[in-house]
Amino acid sequence: MKSDGTISIWFFIGVSLLVNGVLIFGAGLYELAHPPLIKVVLYDLHASIWWGGILLIVGLLYCIFYNPYRA
Amino acid sequence: MNLGMAMFAGDRLVHLAPVDLVIVVFYFVLVLAIGFYLKGRSNTGEDFFLAGREMTAWIAGLSFLSANLGALELMGWAAASYQYGILAAHWYWIGAIPAMLFLGLVMMPFYYISKTHSVPGYLKLRFGEASRALSAISFAFMTVLMSGINMYAMALVMKVVLGWDINFSIWISSITVAVYVTLGGLRSAIFNEVLQFILIWAGAALIPILGLIEAGGWKALQLKVAANASVEYTHLWSTLGSFKDNPMGIHWTGIVFGLGFVISFAYWTTDFLVVQRVLAAKDLRAAKMAPIIGAAFKMFVPFIVILPGLLGLAVLPIKLTGEAVAVATGGHSYNEVLPLMLARYCGPGLLGLGVTALIAGFMSGMAGNVSAFSTVWTYDIYKALIKKKATDAHYVLMGRWSTILGVLISIGTAYLVMQFLSIMDYVQALFSFFVAPLFGTVILGMLWKRATAAGGFWGLLAGTVSSVGMWAWVKFDPAALRYVALSSDAKDMAENMYRALWSWIICVVVTVGASMLTKPKPDSELVGLVYGATEIPSEAQVPLYQRPAFWAVIVTIVFIALNIIFW
Repeated sequence: MKSDGTISIWFFIGVSLLVNGVLIFGAGLYELAHPPLIKVVLYDLHASIWWGGILLIVGLLYCIFYNPYRA
Repeated sequence: MNLGMAMFAGDRLVHLAPVDLVIVVFYFVLVLAIGFYLKGRSNTGEDFFLAGREMTAWIAGLSFLSANLGALELMGWAAASYQYGILAAHWYWIGAIPAMLFLGLVMMPFYYISKTHSVPGYLKLRFGEASRALSAISFAFMTVLMSGINMYAMALVMKVVLGWDINFSIWISSITVAVYVTLGGLRSAIFNEVLQFILIWAGAALIPILGLIEAGGWKALQLKVAANASVEYTHLWSTLGSFKDNPMGIHWTGIVFGLGFVISFAYWTTDFLVVQRVLAAKDLRAAKMAPIIGAAFKMFVPFIVILPGLLGLAVLPIKLTGEAVAVATGGHSYNEVLPLMLARYCGPGLLGLGVTALIAGFMSGMAGNVSAFSTVWTYDIYKALIKKKATDAHYVLMGRWSTILGVLISIGTAYLVMQFLSIMDYVQALFSFFVAPLFGTVILGMLWKRATAAGGFWGLLAGTVSSVGMWAWVKFDPAALRYVALSSDAKDMAENMYRALWSWIICVVVTVGASMLTKPKPDSELVGLVYGATEIPSEAQVPLYQRPAFWAVIVTIVFIALNIIFW
C-alpha cells in the first residue's frame, strides 16, 4: 500500500493505534491495581485492558508490516 | 457512588484524566506531522487539488466515507435515534447505499474519464460556463458557511461535554486543519481522514458492545425500549404506512422517493465534498470501487451511531428531552446521548480515545469542506472568472491561500452564529435548496445526450428557485405544509424530503422542456461526458472478484438483509 516508496498511511495508523493501545492498556492496569472510587458501569469487565490490548496488537502488526524501512 | 450519578455533577458531563489529555494531544501532533510530512508532495495542481490521482480504492473509499462522518453527524444521529428510534437508520441505509453504488457503477466513469477537477467543472464541460458559475458560487458560499456552523456547534459540544472554552476549541481545531490542508493539500486531507475514520471506530465501537452486554442483547434491548418509549422505536419499515403511526411523522413514500432517491442521490453523487475524494483514485476501477467500499462500511455505521441512541433509551437512568426543555430545566438533551453513553462505560484512557473520536470526526468534516472549497474557488471561480491564464504554481499558491481563507470565513461564520443563532436554521435550509436540483442537472447531463446548455442552466435555476419558494411558502403560511409535504401532520424532516423531491422534478421538467426547444451539441462534443457517446473500458479481462459490479451485488444483498431483519 505504499505509494512512491514513501511512508504509507497505514504505518501512521499503526503508530496511532499502538500509542493509544499502550496508553489505554496501561491506564487499565493502573485502574486494576488502584480501583477508583467512582466506577464506570461494567467496570468489572475491565474494558480498558482488553480494548487497549487489541489496539496495541493491531497497531504493532501495522507498524511492522508497513514499516518504511522494511525491505 | 457510581458514574451514573457522578457524571451529572458539576458544569460538564465528563472530566478527563491526564492520560486522556495525552491521547488527545498525541492525536493533534500526529495529524500535524502527517501534514508536514506531505508538504513536499503537493507542488503541482494535480498533487494539491487531486492528491496526484494516485489513491488506492481503499484509501479513496474510506476517505469518501470519513469526509461525511463528522462529529455532528455522529452525535446528531445518535440523538435522532434516541428521539425517533431506529427510523434514523434510514439515513445510513436506503438514504445512502443505493446512491453510493449508483455513483460507483454509473456516474464515476463520466466524472473520471472527463478528467474534471470538480463537479462544477463537469457542468462546464457538459453545459457551459453559466451552469458552472451558478453551481460553483453556490457551492463555495454554502460550504464555508456550513463549515462555520459545524465549527460553532462542535465548540458548543466541547463546552458542554468537557467544559472547554468555545474560543479555544474553535481556534485550536481550525488552525490545525488549516495547517495540514494548506501544507499537504487534498493528499493530506485524505490521509488524515483515513486515520480519523479508524480512530472514530476505535473510540466509539466500545459503546454499543458494552451497551448490548448491559442491556442483555438485542431482544432484551427491544423490550426495554418498548417499555421506556414505544414498540415502534425498533421497527424500520412496519410503522411507515401512515404519517401518524411513527415518531418521525413520515410516510414510506417520503423515505423511499424523497430520501432514498432525491436527497440521497443528490448528496452522494453531486456534493463535491465527497465526490472529490473519489476523483483522487489512481484509475477508473479504483474510482468505481471506492464508493462501493464506502457503502460497505456505511452500512455498519449505525452500529456506532444509531445503536447508542437506542441503548440510551434502554439503560440511561434519566429521560433526555429537547434542547429548549433541557435548558429550562437544567436537564440533558437528546444531543448529549452519545457523550453520556461514553461517560457511562469509558474510564481513563478510553474516555480520551472517545473524545479524540469526536474531535477527529469534526476535523475530518472541516478538512473536507475547506479542501473542496479551495478546489472550487481556485478552478471554477478564480481561474474561470478572474484570472484565466496563469501558471500551475500560481493556482497552487491560490489553493493554499484559499484554504486559509476558507478556514477564516468558517471561523467568522462561527462567531456570527454565536451572536445570531437563527442563522443556523437559515443556512441549513439554504444548503438544501441547491443539492436536489443539481442532481437533476448532472444526471440528465450524464444519461441524456439531448440535454442542452440552455436546458441545464434553466433547469438548475428553476429547481433552486422553486425550492426556495416552497420553503418560504411554508414559512409564511404553515398551512401550505399539506400541499408541499402532502400532509399537515408532516414534520420538518418530511417537509425537507418532499421539497427536495418537487424541486428535483421541476428541475428535470424544465431541463427537458428547454432542451427540446434548443439545439443539442453534436455527439463529437459529448465524448467522455455522456452515456452513449462515451466508451467505457471493458472489465471482461478482470477476474470476477475484482469487478466493482460483483462487490456492488454483495453490498446490495447485505443491504436488503439488514432492512428485512429490522423491518
